[in-house]
Amino acid sequence: MRQKLARVIGGVAMLALVAGGTACSSGSDEEEAGGSACGSKIAFFGALTGSSAALGINEKNGVKLAVDKYNKENADCKVELAELDSQGSPDQAPGLAQKAIDDTKILGVVGPAYSGESEAAGPLFNEAGLVTITASATNPKLAQQKWKTFFRAVGNDLSQGPAAGSYIKNVLKADKAYVIDDQSAYGAGLADEVKKVLGSAVAGSDKVQGEGKQTDFSAVVTKVKAANVKAIFYGGYYQEAGLIRKQLTAAGVTAPLIAGDGVNDGAYITSAGQAAAEGTILTCPCQPSTEARGSFAADYKALNGTDPGTYSDTAYDAANILLAGIKAGKTTREGLLEFVKGYSGEGVAASYKFVEGGELDPAQVKVWAFKVTGGKVVPDQEIPKS
Amino acid sequence: MDFDGLFSNIGTLTTTGLTQGAIYALVALGYTLVYGVLRLINFAHSEVFIAGAFAAIWTWNGFGLDQDSSVTGLGSILFYLLVAMIVAAIASAGTATVIERVAYRPLRKRNAPPLAFLITAIGASIAISEAFGVYTRRLPQGAPQLVSPKPLFHLFGVPIDGVQLLTIGAALAMMIGLDLFINRSRTGRGIRAVAQDPNTAALMGVNKDRIILMVFIAGGSMAGVAGLLYDVRIQTLTYSVGFLLGLKAFTAAVLGGIGNLRGALVGGLLLGVVENYASGLFGSQWKDFAAFAVLVVLLMFRPTGLLGESLGRARA
Repeated sequence: MRQKLARVIGGVAMLALVAGGTACSSGSDEEEAGGSACGSKIAFFGALTGSSAALGINEKNGVKLAVDKYNKENADCKVELAELDSQGSPDQAPGLAQKAIDDTKILGVVGPAYSGESEAAGPLFNEAGLVTITASATNPKLAQQKWKTFFRAVGNDLSQGPAAGSYIKNVLKADKAYVIDDQSAYGAGLADEVKKVLGSAVAGSDKVQGEGKQTDFSAVVTKVKAANVKAIFYGGYYQEAGLIRKQLTAAGVTAPLIAGDGVNDGAYITSAGQAAAEGTILTCPCQPSTEARGSFAADYKALNGTDPGTYSDTAYDAANILLAGIKAGKTTREGLLEFVKGYSGEGVAASYKFVEGGELDPAQVKVWAFKVTGGKVVPDQEIPKS
Repeated sequence: MDFDGLFSNIGTLTTTGLTQGAIYALVALGYTLVYGVLRLINFAHSEVFIAGAFAAIWTWNGFGLDQDSSVTGLGSILFYLLVAMIVAAIASAGTATVIERVAYRPLRKRNAPPLAFLITAIGASIAISEAFGVYTRRLPQGAPQLVSPKPLFHLFGVPIDGVQLLTIGAALAMMIGLDLFINRSRTGRGIRAVAQDPNTAALMGVNKDRIILMVFIAGGSMAGVAGLLYDVRIQTLTYSVGFLLGLKAFTAAVLGGIGNLRGALVGGLLLGVVENYASGLFGSQWKDFAAFAVLVVLLMFRPTGLLGESLGRARA
């Protein structure tokens, strides 16, 4: 009897094995047409050239490391990285998104890096069902578009803006502040959040042109100087921030500049000059790359020849989520999308789990303040949630 | 509208506006000169400016100066400024000459329609700009702080600094020099003659191609000096800044009366000041709106600009 039972079980197990085997092989037959794990691609979408390329390059190098590691571990079944250079421009984003969608080998995208281009490319990705995980587009609106393919591996401006505001109010103890933004989806969104927190402490505000269009900020500088404030917030990217800081310092304004993650890069210091950049506070819904777990920083340097920069670690994690999906056999776009939706796990920068709209679980979001000290962006403190 | 903000800062807004305007004016001269002689809008002129600006920065880099180095001593400051100015003027004049040789002269020889010139101009502009973009890896290039931006003295309570004095002073000096060159020299007379009536001028023994080359060289040198002044003032240069600055300078030229040298000066300074007043009154996001609104309104009443077209009529 017992023997019989064992036989039956054995038979069922063998049947299951055979069935599994055919399921596998039929799966891979399908993949011949759609794209198998071997030779499939993940894409990085962001600025690799242009005036705001530095962050994009940080991220691309993080993604590159993830792909490189994956390929070493799965040498018989490699995954390719497709680099899509948007130059950070929302005008180029839809065309580039279409290019990614048309390449059926691309199963998932890390990016788009910035909010403006995410806004422009999002509907296309949504329609095509191509999953995107951005490592740095922080405009809150992006998660409210009901795009089923949008995921964000960092906190949004709703976490970063209030934190920057609370830093100005509680750490710098500034009772008068000036708020400037570059009229971009990202910059204006961030500035609005800061204004909400500061309330009556906002002594004045102004808007400038981003994307390298404006280089003479004398009118803004004059206004800031006349307002005699204790702190200046800038919502925008590093190139304009550097010029504004330089021109403010030249006009004798010594109040510190506080800016968001779009300025959190070494290129800001080149743009402002070391002397003027000193003491600038930069917030980021990310942790310092040096705080990344494991051997990430060392591996990154070994591969790319530079230290990891802002968002290198989040981009690495985002790429790893996609790669984990591919490894788990999710070799269709639908499969990978479902995988990311249900993903829960640890990365080097944070723990990841996505909630409604593709937003990172708020409990996982950390906001750090960085300070420019001696020509380098140095971690200052984690801004407490309040 | 922030009238209080405008009137309490009107002095500073004026001086900084005039400084920016002086740079517009120097670039505008190039548009106006070429238009006066060839009836052609040289849209590649913005890249002539960029070439000078990069040449100045790379000259300083060659001396080992970058955005973080400090230079002291009046002698060495003047030396660096002068050397960079000469290099910038040569680089810009050279770029302008190449553009004329490659993009315009062959078309002129074949009597191409005006539209063809417009396209080669835009083509040359994009090609040069992209070449600089690729070469600099599209990163900002830093210039040393040669002239201190600290106020030297106060004029009616308005702080005046060395950068402003240098920019406006150098621009005025260049203008006066160019005005004298056009009105007094033999070549200048040739330029005016070709502007007025190219065929008759040729019959009188004026070498038209040589005159056109001179026009490009003169306009190019002005743009080179403008590039240097831009570097001194902004201290950072990105390959793409020429486009909007060129457009503004072209606006300044039209505002003052295209083809008219003094008009370019008036137009440039006016544009700089209007931009700053608009920024003060409505907020900086309205700056370009105000600048172009003023242009449209002014052209409605004076279609030939403030001072009218006049290079050829010897009114300049």
